[in-house]
Amino acid sequence: MDPANGRDGMFDVLVDGDRILRVGRDLAPDSDTQVVELPAGLVVCPGLIDMHVHLREPGQEHKETVATGTAAAVAGGFTAVACMPNTSPVNDNAGVTEFILKKAAEAHLARVYPIGAVSRGQQGDELADIAELKQAGCVAITDDGRPVATAMLMRRALEYAGMFGLAVIEHCEEQTLKADGVAHEGFHASTLGLRGIPGEAESIMALRDISLAALTGGVVHIAHMSARQTLDAVRYGKSRGVLVTCEVTPHHFVLTDEMLAAPIPYDTNVKMNPPLREAVDRDAMLAGLADGSIDVIATDHAPHHYDEKRVEFDHAPFGITGLETAVSLCLDRLVHPGVVTLSRIVELLSVNPARILKVAGGSLAEGAPADITVLAPDLRVKVSVERMRSKSKNTPFDGWQLRGGVAATIVGGRVVYVNEDVSGFSRTLRRELR
Amino acid sequence: MKKDLLSIADLSCEEITLILDTTEAMREIGQRPIKKVPTLRGKTVVNLFYEPSTRTRTSFEIAEKRLSADTLSIPVSTSSVLKGETLVDTALNIEAMQPDMIVLRHASSGAAHLLSRICRSRIINAGDGMHEHPTQALLDAFTIREHKHRIEGLKVTIVGDLLHSRVLRSDALLLTKLGAQVCVCGPATLVPVGIERLGVRVSTSVDEAVADADVIMLLRIQHERMQGAFFPSVREYFNTFGMTKARVARARPDVIIMHPGPMNRGVEIASDVADGPYSVILEQVANGVAVRMAVLYLLAGGVEDEAAA
Repeated sequence: MDPANGRDGMFDVLVDGDRILRVGRDLAPDSDTQVVELPAGLVVCPGLIDMHVHLREPGQEHKETVATGTAAAVAGGFTAVACMPNTSPVNDNAGVTEFILKKAAEAHLARVYPIGAVSRGQQGDELADIAELKQAGCVAITDDGRPVATAMLMRRALEYAGMFGLAVIEHCEEQTLKADGVAHEGFHASTLGLRGIPGEAESIMALRDISLAALTGGVVHIAHMSARQTLDAVRYGKSRGVLVTCEVTPHHFVLTDEMLAAPIPYDTNVKMNPPLREAVDRDAMLAGLADGSIDVIATDHAPHHYDEKRVEFDHAPFGITGLETAVSLCLDRLVHPGVVTLSRIVELLSVNPARILKVAGGSLAEGAPADITVLAPDLRVKVSVERMRSKSKNTPFDGWQLRGGVAATIVGGRVVYVNEDVSGFSRTLRRELR
Repeated sequence: MKKDLLSIADLSCEEITLILDTTEAMREIGQRPIKKVPTLRGKTVVNLFYEPSTRTRTSFEIAEKRLSADTLSIPVSTSSVLKGETLVDTALNIEAMQPDMIVLRHASSGAAHLLSRICRSRIINAGDGMHEHPTQALLDAFTIREHKHRIEGLKVTIVGDLLHSRVLRSDALLLTKLGAQVCVCGPATLVPVGIERLGVRVSTSVDEAVADADVIMLLRIQHERMQGAFFPSVREYFNTFGMTKARVARARPDVIIMHPGPMNRGVEIASDVADGPYSVILEQVANGVAVRMAVLYLLAGGVEDEAAA
């Protein structure tokens, strides 16, 4: 399944070292080629790219490290992740970027694309050294965790980053309207006595940024969209030719704010920012995925230590893990019910993230890096935090039974993950995995 | 009865009626010369109060003592929270000393649910953030029933800071469950989104809201929770929403006036209304002890039942 090259069918993929050499029907392998026969029902696609994760290193290694985060990534079918700069210290200079890349090279699992800060220390005052960040390896800039503080700074960021072809990824949140809110403003937050955050806190900021992208000709990417009003804003921008793209997380197209009340009242594993919204918002996200308005599915993988989540709802940090549940949720909730095709999933999880970040991948073209994900669309998966490789277990999906999962993950021609639950798998592939 | 009393939302009409009927018997104990029965002898009750409270804590303590429970109150000041011990660790430490019940008052909504999940002891919610204050709603219902001999069909108007009030949420749930027509009234800035889905009518005109009311209940304007500008001034609030004699006159002649306390005289209620003949505010306080005795008694009585089940 290779939508970037218009392929969907039975093919042989010939990998030579870290590159794809040939793709075609009935390739004749020579004698020293290792042949891996995949069982029927599995799907080979370009490696999945999660363009919104928090790897927490440096500074918060009790939550996650580059090593544990990339282990989780490959187990979740991701061959690459883009990591947010809100570490400690903030990734606002080449030193931090290089540190992250060094850790990623040591872990030698998924590719890691650091995303730099828009502003120094993410303080919203002055621009970070964006050219230096780009040179060190950053693929976009963002102040994620918070919005770019002022319209003027956002304008400058769009103009300045535009020189280097970098997108500005925006965490949309009008902070005076969000105030000290902890959950979506609606019936459930009201009856549970939780301070609310209306969808407009997100859409107002999205409209600001789309207007500024229009003004500057810069590229803005709206992160983790949750509210129907924000999707409307993105559609408006796209219809006017503004260079705006957007992403949605699996939890925002699967869950709603009803989770605040049940099955576990005040479960801090349903506290995230932006918050879970109402069914009408969730349905809007499904519609946006189906009609092409939404470009990307990203997880906003936000690991937190269990001590930090085992507190009053008000005091718990925002965020849930996502790397190891995303593929199953996409297949179960989007593909099997017929919301989108499998080919569209590959666009959302691979082709489009590669295009927006301008990184390799998203394609099984000859000569491309051999980053390959093998999906098992019909695999019965029971989500289990015990089996997760992320250092943190803060997910509301523990125990969920889903249809669809990951069979294997190959990065640069190297098999980095094989799912033992997929039967009939070639021993050859397993042997590859040390 | 369930293991804990966390919220009115968890109670059936039968359970509510059982508590109110039990309260009748408990009130009688408070009228005896020796106000003590051995019902909870040997039971340990810990009152864990993370927020300052005079009325509720005193009421629980008196109720516990009248039932002969061994009781202690731990006022946890904000400073000791800042020293770093989490609510969970504090609760687990108390749990290690084998209490039978923990009465919790906390500034965060859902704090009682959190304790309920980790504690073997029975948890009684004595007010959690902006969520619920179930024993307050029970004593309100008891007081109304005593005066009106029914709840069903009564028109109850609740006026004040709806947004931040845990009393509002518990009362709205309880009174609608028992069939009252509840109207809630306050400035539009203080109306929780979607609250009408609880089956209450929302009004922003106090004159309209109190018309023909059988019961008027005022909610405190909670200065300490008002971080934003929800209304321009206390003076304007009183002029627009304050309960004055003229407004009370629009209600039914036998209306009763209630307030969960503490009152801000001249803010949500005029003094001559608070002290007027239709005011049952001090009766509410008196009934609070009996209601809490009933809750303690019923929860403790269930201990063996549940263990056997």
